Amino acid sequence: MDTLTAYPLKLDGTDVPMVRFMNVTKKYGALTVLENLNLDIAEGEMVSIIGPSGSGKTTVLRMLMLEQINSGVIYVDGRPLTHMNKNGALVPADRRYLRTAREPIGMCFQHFNLFPHMTALQNCMEGPVQVLGLTKREARERSEELLELVGMSEKRDQHPSRLSGGQQQRVAIARALAMRPKVMLFDEVTSALDPEVIGEVTNVIRKLVSEHSLTMLMVTHQMGFARDISDRICFFFGGRIEEQGTPDELFGNPKRERTQQFLSAVKSAD
Amino acid sequence: MFDWRWDFAWEILPRLIVATGNTLIAAGAGYLIAIVLGLVLALAQRTPLRSLSWIVREFVEFIRSTPLVLQIFFVFYVGPQFGVRLDPWTAGMIAIGLHYSAYLSEVYRGGFEAVPKGQWEACTSLSMSMRQTYVRVIIPQALPPSVAGMGNYLVGIFKDTPMLSVIGVAELMHAANAIGSENYRFLEPFTLVGIIFLAISLPSAGLIKLFESWVRRRIGID
Amino acid sequence: MAYLEFLAEFGSRFLDGSLITVAQFLLSAALAIAIALGFGLLKLARHWVVRGVATLYIELFRGTSLLVQLYWIFFVLPLFGLTLEKFTAGFLAVGMNLGAYGAELVRGAVRSVPKGQWEAAYALSMSPARRMWRIILPQALVIMLPGWGNLLIELLKATALVSLISVTDLMFEAKQVNSTTFLSIQAFGTALVIYYVFARFLLTPAMRRLELSMARRIGKA
Repeated sequence: MDTLTAYPLKLDGTDVPMVRFMNVTKKYGALTVLENLNLDIAEGEMVSIIGPSGSGKTTVLRMLMLEQINSGVIYVDGRPLTHMNKNGALVPADRRYLRTAREPIGMCFQHFNLFPHMTALQNCMEGPVQVLGLTKREARERSEELLELVGMSEKRDQHPSRLSGGQQQRVAIARALAMRPKVMLFDEVTSALDPEVIGEVTNVIRKLVSEHSLTMLMVTHQMGFARDISDRICFFFGGRIEEQGTPDELFGNPKRERTQQFLSAVKSAD
Repeated sequence: MFDWRWDFAWEILPRLIVATGNTLIAAGAGYLIAIVLGLVLALAQRTPLRSLSWIVREFVEFIRSTPLVLQIFFVFYVGPQFGVRLDPWTAGMIAIGLHYSAYLSEVYRGGFEAVPKGQWEACTSLSMSMRQTYVRVIIPQALPPSVAGMGNYLVGIFKDTPMLSVIGVAELMHAANAIGSENYRFLEPFTLVGIIFLAISLPSAGLIKLFESWVRRRIGID
Repeated sequence: MAYLEFLAEFGSRFLDGSLITVAQFLLSAALAIAIALGFGLLKLARHWVVRGVATLYIELFRGTSLLVQLYWIFFVLPLFGLTLEKFTAGFLAVGMNLGAYGAELVRGAVRSVPKGQWEAAYALSMSPARRMWRIILPQALVIMLPGWGNLLIELLKATALVSLISVTDLMFEAKQVNSTTFLSIQAFGTALVIYYVFARFLLTPAMRRLELSMARRIGKA
């Protein structure tokens, strides 16, 4: 396990990773989904998480945004996310602290979760206006820019029910970006899409990778896509990181037997 | 045998129409209370405070399983025991508003439960506060599916207003009763009351359906 | 202690009233079920006149208030030579009113029995009556039982209105006790609690049990 923890940090040599999981354990009732997870993600790094269902991969993302953990600490941008500093001691974070600590994180979901009663533009403006306190004008400018980036400018006044899955997901990416996050989480963002529109979403993510210095954490079933754009791949199995490495290492020369089995199973399914 | 008197019916009609106005006011005011209080009751059942939500839940059950007419008497007569005199209108509005707020809270509850979990998660991912989440995202989505149920209870509250006559609220039934005992003729007033109720409640059902589809379209869900 | 004294003095009146309420409940429930079944099925009839009669009944009774109907039956029917005793007028009005609501339940439940069931019965050359009785209704019954649970609670509450034509039910006794003692909380509060116990701890569990046993009987649980 130690060798995994000691995986070298980002190329620029900074010691403080953007995201750090330290001995994190997550249980649902009696079921342990993640055990003693140690994972560092450097600033600007794109990490993809792959693995069979039930391996705990989605839980990794959900812990950063939606769920409490049972033990361990998660740091984001050098600041503890799950705990807060109280008289020099780390105590579990309360709701209010969690909310501010999560502000640098943005998330996109498998089922988009756009607000159905708001137009594409209103969806993007909601966070900046309500949470960041931007004026409507500032928020509108920012949102229009981002809708442009994801190629959804023309549909900005449409409600989600009038948009295809791919279009909805692109709006959802713009909505998350409008909060100017430092870390973006993509939770199986193409899994609910029809095959012919997956490309429009992956292209947007590609563009983000090449043009922006976001830190990204992505759970995906699309091995080809992950291999193309990731700096690092983590293969999860049974609530642990079974193997991790650069895309070429992991896909080209997997060392662990379970990784090999998984990859060949995925390949034969394609 | 059948001795309907048109002249008498004609004579009492204006009085009944005035009373119909009171009935509509009573129904409207009671409904307004119920709409707001119902939302409060529904939200209170969603607090993480277990004891509070349990108390509210039991309260709602209690209100829903006891007769409205008894609740009207209770509210009207219990005040004076403690030196608070409520006039019939106030007592009536409190009782009927409270009664229907329990029903409406169930409607809202269904509406809240119908909002997908992903909407909550999206709000969390945008760092929205609990208040913002409810006001901006959850309530606007919980209301449209509630409109049908809310409409049914609007008609329901209207049809229950005659019970207010028991404490002397001067609505339609009260007027019909008064006319009947003044003239020793009940056929015309009671029949007219029935016709007036039909004339209002039957078209309302259709109007509510129209309103529901308008709300859904307006809010962009359909 | 004071309340115990109150109970000691007036308990028997609440008991008498409760018995009348139970009687009103049982009689009006039986009537409501019969009417619901009759008019609910008539509303599904093929001939438009038959359907029209059912619709007329249902809309008439759902579109006006129970209190209006009760007064009409009690005060107006005698003018047509039909004088009913107040006890009879009471449960008739309640049963006829709630029966109209029940008819909609029956109609909805029968219509939600899957089409394949109708076709299968047809394929066995069953007569329409037999098909309805043996195949459709048992399944519809399971579908509508939860709705009946709620409706019977509404019916129980509705029986309180018969006190307004001086049937000496629980509500009536509470009013009497209140006007002689002015102990409103005790008088009306006791009645409220009795109605609550009846609805929540007798009626609701009984309906639950019935739902379960019916579901089991047609093999759905």
